[in-house]
Amino acid sequence: MQHNRIDRGKVWLLRGVLLAAVLVGWQVGIDRQVLPELFFGSPRVIGATIIKWWGSGAFYVHLYVTLVETLLSFAIGTALALVLGLWLALSPLWAAVFDPFIKAVNSMPRLILAPIFAIWFGLGIWSKVALGVTLVFFGVFFNVYQGIREVSPVLLANTRMLGANHRQLIRRVYLPSAMTWVFSSLHLSVGMAFIGAVIGEYLGSSEGIGYLILQAEGTFDTDSVLAGIVVLTICALVLDAVISAAEKALLVWRPTAH
Amino acid sequence: MNVSALAIAGQRSALALKDVTCAFPSSSGTTYVAVKNVSLTLAEGEFVSIVGPTGCGKSTLLNVAAGLLRPTCGEVFVADEPLRALNRRAGYMFQADALLPWLTARGNVALGLELGGMPKKAAAERAEGWLKRVGLAGHGDRYPHQLSGGMKKRVSLAQILVMGPKILLMDEPFSALDVQTRQLMENELLDIWSHDRKSVLFVTHDLEEAISLADRVIVLSSGPATAPIAEFEVNIPRPRDVTEIVQSPHYLQTHRRIWETLKKEVLRSYERGKAV
Repeated sequence: MQHNRIDRGKVWLLRGVLLAAVLVGWQVGIDRQVLPELFFGSPRVIGATIIKWWGSGAFYVHLYVTLVETLLSFAIGTALALVLGLWLALSPLWAAVFDPFIKAVNSMPRLILAPIFAIWFGLGIWSKVALGVTLVFFGVFFNVYQGIREVSPVLLANTRMLGANHRQLIRRVYLPSAMTWVFSSLHLSVGMAFIGAVIGEYLGSSEGIGYLILQAEGTFDTDSVLAGIVVLTICALVLDAVISAAEKALLVWRPTAH
Repeated sequence: MNVSALAIAGQRSALALKDVTCAFPSSSGTTYVAVKNVSLTLAEGEFVSIVGPTGCGKSTLLNVAAGLLRPTCGEVFVADEPLRALNRRAGYMFQADALLPWLTARGNVALGLELGGMPKKAAAERAEGWLKRVGLAGHGDRYPHQLSGGMKKRVSLAQILVMGPKILLMDEPFSALDVQTRQLMENELLDIWSHDRKSVLFVTHDLEEAISLADRVIVLSSGPATAPIAEFEVNIPRPRDVTEIVQSPHYLQTHRRIWETLKKEVLRSYERGKAV
């Protein structure tokens, strides 16, 4: 047991050292002109750009738009996946009917749909949400489906004997049982929702972080491109932490040793 | 044969299986007959054990009695009414863990009441009372993974008893426990049972357990096409202590009589297992 225990403080210290080493090495490379600043940007300027954004009102509008798109795609995609996954897992006939189509749509390179969504839903947030939904949906869907299918028959029989009707079985047994699976897929889906929002913006929009990045690319402003990416990464990490917290709160019943 | 026994006792039947046969399609395309032409009766307030070699279709019979499985032919009567859906008068204790892992011990015990529409608070209070009766006062907030095997069985028992079933169907409920815990649970079950004398159908492969608990022991033949081949009255006086009665001459004599019959079936089942 003893050698498995890792000192958390040491881990954080080493993480800090690693990050600092990369940043300092990068900065030194730029300053000594080993790395061309036009291609690689400079950590110092990237930091300054983020701070400048932080103090300007316009940046918040962009950030807000991207976050709204991300959260909407995440919420809608997850909700659709839950409903459809539950339905197909409980109706073997329709699961068999839909199977090839779901596989086909899933293996399609769905980012290519972005221009089509722009035609359908315009250049506002909804074309980005639509793209995000197609990306979020499948990961969650397959997990819900699997989670529902693997519910223990003994739990079902026992709950039925205690008087549960079909709807109560879904609410009290199927859904809680699928939750473990769903949460593991939600971590991936958050990233997917961001990809949908930013790529959508990148391919046609007038606001959002993706739009900022596109603008910066137009003027070879590598620093701003990288600053945009850093901001997105921080947002994704924060959302992931929120999901972890929700997971911890909702899955208290799980044994912690694994 | 059990009809005459009933007539003597002058009791009504709580549960009756008449000519029940269960066949399942097997993987090779043929049908596998698990149980064949089984008739048995459980009188009100009677404790009946069913013993048979492992894999002889004992659980199938309980599933039929619970209404979870419809027999291929034959009928089930509950309080002399034919059973058409789930057996609402019965509580079923499964061999495997059947507690919902995402509910606390109290939540699990309250589950059936809540499903029946009882307000959460009232259900929790009733559940707490039953937790106390099975010796788990103060453990209501624990989740199943935080409980020992014996404690989980107690929660299962409370979960079923809180519903006030007239019939208890028990499928080797204590087989996964160590010997000491098992005997403790058996005594506890007898103690709880003695208060309101529910009708109990207790399936086990352990003859010792069968005799210690029951009024009557039914021996099943080895599978496939399992059927009852003999039954024995157990006239050991109650209240019983399962740790003590195994030494009583009456117990030993009953054990010897039943074992003579059961041994043949166990050997047959063993031979078949070797052949496969």
